[in-house]
Amino acid sequence: MTQAGMTGGPAGTGAGTAVERYLKLIGEADEYGAVDLVLDLIDEGVPAEDVLLRVVAAGQRRVGELWAAGDWSVAREHGATAVSERAVAAIAGRVRSKPTRGRVTVACADGEYHALPTRMLAEVLRLRGWRVDFLGASVPGPHLITHLHQTGPDVVALGCMIATRLPRAHATIAACRAVGVPVLAGGAAFGADGRFARLLGADAWAPTADAAADRLAAGLPSFAAGSDGAVHLGDEEYGYLTRHRAEVLARVLDLLRESYAPMGGYSERQLEHTAEDLGHIADFLAAALYVHDAILFTDFVTWTCEVLSARKVPAESVVLGLRLFRDVLADCPRAGALLAEGMEAATASRPSGGSPPRVT
Amino acid sequence: MRGATGSTNAGAARATPGDMAALLDGSDEGIVLCDAGGVVLLANAAAARLAPEIVPGRPVPPQLDPAGSSMVTYGGRVIRVRTEAAGDHRALYLSEAPSLPRRAEFLLEAARRLFASLHPRRCARAAVDLGTEFLCDLAVVVLPPATNRRVEWIRAVAGHPGPEEGVMPLSTALRVPGLTDALAGLTHGSGGRQDAGAVPDWLLPEGFGPAVDLLVFPLPGNSVPAGAMALVRRAGRPAFDDEALAMVRDLASRAGAALSAASLFREQSAVNAILIDDLLPPDLPEVEGMRLAGRLRSSQQAGAVGGDFYDVYMSETGAGHDSGIGIVERPPLIILGDVCGKGARAAVLAGQVRQSLRALLLLESRPVQLLELLNRSLLASPAPNSYVTLVLAALRVAPDEHVLVDLAVAGHPPPLVLRRDGTVEEAPARGSLLGALKKTVVRPATVDLAPGEVCLLYSDGITEAFGGPTRREMFGEERLKEALASCAGMPVDALVERLEQISSEWLAGGQQDDRALLAVRAGGHDPATGTETGTATVATPGAMTVWAETTG
Repeated sequence: MTQAGMTGGPAGTGAGTAVERYLKLIGEADEYGAVDLVLDLIDEGVPAEDVLLRVVAAGQRRVGELWAAGDWSVAREHGATAVSERAVAAIAGRVRSKPTRGRVTVACADGEYHALPTRMLAEVLRLRGWRVDFLGASVPGPHLITHLHQTGPDVVALGCMIATRLPRAHATIAACRAVGVPVLAGGAAFGADGRFARLLGADAWAPTADAAADRLAAGLPSFAAGSDGAVHLGDEEYGYLTRHRAEVLARVLDLLRESYAPMGGYSERQLEHTAEDLGHIADFLAAALYVHDAILFTDFVTWTCEVLSARKVPAESVVLGLRLFRDVLADCPRAGALLAEGMEAATASRPSGGSPPRVT
Repeated sequence: MRGATGSTNAGAARATPGDMAALLDGSDEGIVLCDAGGVVLLANAAAARLAPEIVPGRPVPPQLDPAGSSMVTYGGRVIRVRTEAAGDHRALYLSEAPSLPRRAEFLLEAARRLFASLHPRRCARAAVDLGTEFLCDLAVVVLPPATNRRVEWIRAVAGHPGPEEGVMPLSTALRVPGLTDALAGLTHGSGGRQDAGAVPDWLLPEGFGPAVDLLVFPLPGNSVPAGAMALVRRAGRPAFDDEALAMVRDLASRAGAALSAASLFREQSAVNAILIDDLLPPDLPEVEGMRLAGRLRSSQQAGAVGGDFYDVYMSETGAGHDSGIGIVERPPLIILGDVCGKGARAAVLAGQVRQSLRALLLLESRPVQLLELLNRSLLASPAPNSYVTLVLAALRVAPDEHVLVDLAVAGHPPPLVLRRDGTVEEAPARGSLLGALKKTVVRPATVDLAPGEVCLLYSDGITEAFGGPTRREMFGEERLKEALASCAGMPVDALVERLEQISSEWLAGGQQDDRALLAVRAGGHDPATGTETGTATVATPGAMTVWAETTG
């Protein structure tokens, strides 16, 4: 994408300052200010795609960082995202484009609620002349397939941000391809290199919205090729963990109570949040088992440690949680190996100076 | 080869280059000699028959030049290719693969692709793709003419990317010889063979060259033809033989069956869409002095309708009606409710409730009296089990950006109110459900919302959702209140979305009921708030990751 228009515009509208001003406005949930800012940029001649990807998306990226660092609350982050949704809608309303290409259905994977990146992809495709049906967040498989039968698009663009949705995204990809519609996969869940997109049978993958538009312009097969004996994903351990998730979590919680004294003083809500956090560990572990990928799990552990340390929760608590999972899942060697790698990652992410955690 | 250069058999007559050419041309196997760069040095007649694009001086088409041996699809047939070193050059030996497996492969592919989609366009695309892959150089499907005398067409050309499509006047399309009869379900001659010289310009893309053979035939449907198809072979290719004609018959009957099933589905979907349209939640309008946001999730994932509903009735000013009927003036009104049952049957009753209320509102505006009238209308309904619970809220704008919400509750969970300081209260309104008893008991209440404060209407699908870490715990009102409290300071659509997300995560993919949320927030726009209610726990990881971020 060209830098022109972003840096060469009138004073004060360069990309950097525009992003800063945009971030400030959405941080205050100032919808009118944010909408005026993006529409002014467009009126000044900045291409709408650049405004979407280099201002709105860039601003949202900062929002994510600010939340992860503990600087912004969940409420503020959600407020900012809602304003960005309005800004994207305003851009879509201001810039019309004539459909000159085929028809694309854009949807978030089942269970995926982070719709904004996928929504922006939908707008970029619309700007590039596609006829786009955007189905929104968390689209259940049957809903999507009904839509495909009713509208007959040339391709489905499926967005998935959180790796725990990969097993359901896999089912959706397979269902789309079974009705003959090729799938382009995108979003962080498919891996920085798109390896999970290929693994789950997507016909194409793109790391960014503009790359996705380029990839679609290059053409996909008009009929999804038959999968040659699709990779068998998931295994006994994955099946065990997903079927017995509740029991596993209950046992880990019990062990945690025994080995972590402060838990005795937890309120019911604190206990519930702890159970939720342990639930995330279980879900990422299951996803890593499903796609046979340790990095998926260690990345999650490292990220969690960073988020927690920003909230003054020591990485040791993550190491402890992982160790208890390993104890409970003693009969699952693959899960055990993943958890061991997770513990190593958590230990490595620990800020220096603390006492070394005991890993047995 | 021995004797070719005459070095071993001096004295005997030598083979001339003409003899050599005749010898090569007599072979059934295509023989091509090319240099290291893949440029053709010589090619025999069989090679030219199999692939007219093989011409001395030009590169071999890359598909036909694999390393070693392989089977490739080229120009609608499967060709076995073997490459051998020949001195400094390379020899390619081409032969057409046996035709029986080819036909079997065709039938398998036809079954797989034609019946994958229930969309007529996708079916037609599959049909033309199959045509060019297995039978011809160009395939066109013309769908039955619409009432406006225009037809949709879909065309595939061998070697071109994806089929193209368009719409044209029927009269233009009918210049294809035999198409009029084919669209009427009639086939002429041997498999519909027509005069290839009479092909109209629109059928062939630029640079295609002259057609050598043309078939035009109907795609038989359910009693009426599902469309017609034309297949073309270009100059340099043989005409369709009996084997090809048999495959064309297969293609026609299967494509016709698939297209007619798809057309039937399309008709029924169109009827369905019209019927459902009134049952879907409305787009929420802009209302002066406040902001609205709503969400509805149906338990029936494919149908998208269910027993939960909400609606908005804009204000009635009463002015401008000089018909003699006294139209009642009233502020805007919102409702959210839940009818007994699930799925389409429940959705129909929900739709009736919404319509009844629309009519009643012309004559009555007081919430309690409206519920009374609605109850009577439900009791009079012939449908069994017409039980409905709902919340009705009249929204009055008050000074200083306040909104007064007049609530009447009928057997429904009372709305929750989110105050500016983050506390959550339950509105004191109560009342009995509708459609069951002659007498309704309703205790209305009015809630005063300061700017930024929110009144949330919800259905019990939210609070009675079973899930959570143990997967068998009910979400409950306490958790909903706590979730709502964590939304203080959010724009109202973000608030509703967050509550739906929390609810869905609680369900974690388990069995779900219909779920509805409708929130009103006082104040004309979502004000900038500095309220930091930072109870940051680890929410969903990776929350804000953007497509643009994954370039790592």
